Amino acid sequence: MQESKLGLDFSKVAQAKNVAKNIAASVQSFVDGFTTVAVERTLCRLMGIDGIDSNEVPLPNIVVDDLKAKGILNQGVLYYLGNAIIETGFTPQQIAEKIAAQSFDISKVKLHGSDEINKALQPYIDESIARISANRKRREEYIARIGEGPKPYIYVIVATGNIYEDVVQAQAAARQGADIIAVIRTTGQSLLDYVPFGATTEGFGGTFATQENFRIMRTALNEVGEEVGRYIRLCNYCSGLCMPEIAVMGALEGLDVMLNDALYGILFRDINMQRTMVDQYFSRIINGFAGVIINTGEDNYLTTADAYEEARTVLASDLINEQLALLAGLPEEQMGLGHAFEMDPELENGFLYELAQAQMTREIFPKAPLKYMPPTKFMTGNIFRGHIQDALFNTISIWTGQGIQLLGMMTEAIHTPFMSDRFLAIENAKYIFNNMKLLGSDVEFKKDGIMQKRAQHVLDQALEILQRIEKEGLFSALEKGMFGDVKRPKNGGKGLSGVTEKGTNYMNPFIELMKERRTK
Amino acid sequence: MSGGLYSMSKNDFDQTLDLKKIKPYGDTMNDGKTQISFTLPVPCNDESIEAAKQLLKKMGFENPQVVFYKELTKGFTFFNCYGNCTHTVDFTSIHVQKVESNVMSMEETDAFIKEHIGRKLIVVGASTGTDAHTVGIDAIMNMKGYAGHYGLERYEMIEALNMGSQVPNEEFIAKAIELNADVLLVSQTVTQKDVHIKNMTELVEMLEAEGLRHKVILVCGGPRISHELAKELGYDAGFSMNSYADDVASYIAEEMVRRKNEKE
Repeated sequence: MQESKLGLDFSKVAQAKNVAKNIAASVQSFVDGFTTVAVERTLCRLMGIDGIDSNEVPLPNIVVDDLKAKGILNQGVLYYLGNAIIETGFTPQQIAEKIAAQSFDISKVKLHGSDEINKALQPYIDESIARISANRKRREEYIARIGEGPKPYIYVIVATGNIYEDVVQAQAAARQGADIIAVIRTTGQSLLDYVPFGATTEGFGGTFATQENFRIMRTALNEVGEEVGRYIRLCNYCSGLCMPEIAVMGALEGLDVMLNDALYGILFRDINMQRTMVDQYFSRIINGFAGVIINTGEDNYLTTADAYEEARTVLASDLINEQLALLAGLPEEQMGLGHAFEMDPELENGFLYELAQAQMTREIFPKAPLKYMPPTKFMTGNIFRGHIQDALFNTISIWTGQGIQLLGMMTEAIHTPFMSDRFLAIENAKYIFNNMKLLGSDVEFKKDGIMQKRAQHVLDQALEILQRIEKEGLFSALEKGMFGDVKRPKNGGKGLSGVTEKGTNYMNPFIELMKERRTK
Repeated sequence: MSGGLYSMSKNDFDQTLDLKKIKPYGDTMNDGKTQISFTLPVPCNDESIEAAKQLLKKMGFENPQVVFYKELTKGFTFFNCYGNCTHTVDFTSIHVQKVESNVMSMEETDAFIKEHIGRKLIVVGASTGTDAHTVGIDAIMNMKGYAGHYGLERYEMIEALNMGSQVPNEEFIAKAIELNADVLLVSQTVTQKDVHIKNMTELVEMLEAEGLRHKVILVCGGPRISHELAKELGYDAGFSMNSYADDVASYIAEEMVRRKNEKE
């Protein structure tokens, strides 16, 4: 039995996990019956379809939009691609190009039985599975050979808009001590229902996520990783309307960390909940198989709601996200469940509450590389106080053994980080991580003190919320604004028209394949 | 580096405050002491330190001191510096455009609206265009508010709708028409490459095209927005950092009454 420093009752934790499991299972019973345009485009990419037409429309969009226009998307893209391969002998890429040129009508091909279709698809399935497996192996070999930084991994952001400038910033950050480089996406990309193509040099507040940009950054980080003798992880954003597509592109190009949270998209990007839950399931299967650590976005609740009061919602959401990830075959070691240091700095004893909650989260998810998010809401432009807020945040992280530390920047709320901002943030974290390295194992929490009581209270409240959601159902709870004070209708938001109920011939062999291979 | 630390030398400048010629204050009137940090795209060596000092002189700093330097990555060196600013500003001749209103508490504003308007004000707000940040509009509108200042949703005499982020200008205007809004609040947080200017200008143009511009009080807000910029772009008022719901609510209530009186 696990020992709690906070006097947490682990039977209560088990009860909460069980309730969350029921909530996730009820979502899954919906998800299993549906597919989406994004899932189908992902399958196109797994079949090797890539590139754009003369109007710069990605070929996966061309193929899926064609099936959708013809009203047969419910049978799934693999069913028709398989039949087309049998009939024409063309590769999926050639078929896509012909559809783009309007010289081939995929809806008119002669239909075959599932055994024949599976046989026709098999070489393409094997190829993409092999490529993703090779990338996973590459990461493991790198880490075995050159090593990695100690936890908490130091996570910093680059966001110049230009992938080549991002490379300069990312390599500089790695040399200064960063372990994870996240390339922030351009404002608005989450709402695009396609993934742009090729290397890009223009973006607002970030850089387009494209497969080519992934490749450029991965190559640059391999290079600098060799130089500094530490594997440098690459992170991007597997959220918005292209969740599974970004996941597969990341898997194909060797990304290591992905933001991946449907709840975040629903609440903060107004993406339709049905759409994104279906998308999330397949994206997590891919991330699980590719060995990618996912990050969930619970920290965002605290930017709209009060951090002290809503600690319970963060924990409840982490528990639901854990169960949804398990259903997609994603192991606990890849679950970067999110939480944040966002209480008002004016709050008396605020540090004690933050510390209690961080320790509580650590104990409830012992294997997860928890992602701890820095203060943002109460960063005021007073960079000098901001640097201290970040120092308190770093203190809690090393004290409680967090997995991924998204470094706070003292210039938060002013601009995207300068090279020097990142240097000062990393210096701050490294100073504290080294100076307080074993603090957590050397001090105990006072029995029934402020911190023990706080953690126990948050767990009780989270359990209550979960029990309410269990009765209500997750979709209905979202409609009622139970997360982050934001209400979203089940049939509202962006992307609903891309959801389709699966037909009788529907096939997606990757679901079983990826979930099973992982455990082998 | 520590030349000034225990300096006993007499300061040879005039130490009386002259509002016509103000300059930064360190610990002695008119010492001009300023701290500044920057990165130069050159390696760290004696030459780059000298370059930093020369740059400070060109910026108008006497006695430039580089107190810390560090090569951040190959070919980029970070400097922390101090210098005595030689420039001055005439404080007596400064005029800044400000939102003219008496800031009232929530209760006072509610009472003011009841008394002078007699119905609820309809306020529609959003973070428009591609801007995904809701922190600003939430701070002003959400029930909870920010830093102890309740948001507009909590006001008894304000019917507030927060449309959230990434709201296209078309949708924003459509909602304003649907609800017959008195006030539109536009929040802009992302200002890279002046994307906010383009978006805010577009909204004004669309409102004018619809013949709505003068029927609403149009207010914008964000960390990089000033009242002056707002007026320039054709808005009625602009609120920057350290503005709360009370500031916005008082302004819109008083502006509504002012317009009502003008009509009568």
